[in-house]
Amino acid sequence: MALINTRISVPRQARANTVVEIKTLVSHPMESGYRYDYMGEPIPRNILTRFTCEYLGQRVLEAEFGPGIAANPFMAFNLLATSTGELLFTWTDQHGEVTTETRTLQVVDP
Amino acid sequence: MQRRALISYAAGGLLIGLLPLHLSAAAKLTLATVYGDAEFNTGRVHLQLPALAENGSSVPLTISVDSPMTEADHVSEIRLFADKNPVPQLARYRLFAASGKASISTRVRLSDSQVITAVARMNDNSLWVARGEIVVTLAACIEPLL
Repeated sequence: MALINTRISVPRQARANTVVEIKTLVSHPMESGYRYDYMGEPIPRNILTRFTCEYLGQRVLEAEFGPGIAANPFMAFNLLATSTGELLFTWTDQHGEVTTETRTLQVVDP
Repeated sequence: MQRRALISYAAGGLLIGLLPLHLSAAAKLTLATVYGDAEFNTGRVHLQLPALAENGSSVPLTISVDSPMTEADHVSEIRLFADKNPVPQLARYRLFAASGKASISTRVRLSDSQVITAVARMNDNSLWVARGEIVVTLAACIEPLL
């Protein structure tokens, strides 16, 4: 099941050679596999296992998640703005299902 | 006398600085399974987390590492551990010179009051560690179903 709701915050524009902060928030239960339902049956694990961010085709962050990441995973990280280009965000769940999103980072000369 | 006292305090401070990183048995085991018998340095890594979390299901924390983040000198990996969780490794991050700044914020689940460990690996393979203690009043594993 692809992710239905992904929220990504990218600055509207950035000056070249400055560090910008990117924030992502996705809707996902991140079911740990350690909980039980009302019938006492274990609830199977269902988590996102990987997240990557590429800027201008280059990796800026790779993350591997375990069940210890809270539901609706939030992340804030940084990248070095160099020139206007595409940001590619990829989430992968434990079944290998991939969700991608793209954004454009506008870079202006100082 | 005053000067002598000052010198002894300074020496004491130096000694504390030189003491090996204090780790619990569980933390040692967790780190040994990932890093083997590698040496850890203290400093450079900063772990920001609340002193008390009312709900362990979602605890915000920030890891930052002092690094120029250039091709020649940057953080290549950060791992987060919570020894008392059923799966101690919370997350693993790979960073690059293009990351610009080694700072990551996220939200984690904690099953109990414990000490969180953040380990950063630099591109020269040196390991740096920071620890932070947190009290959790409601554990994540007993969160009620909606």
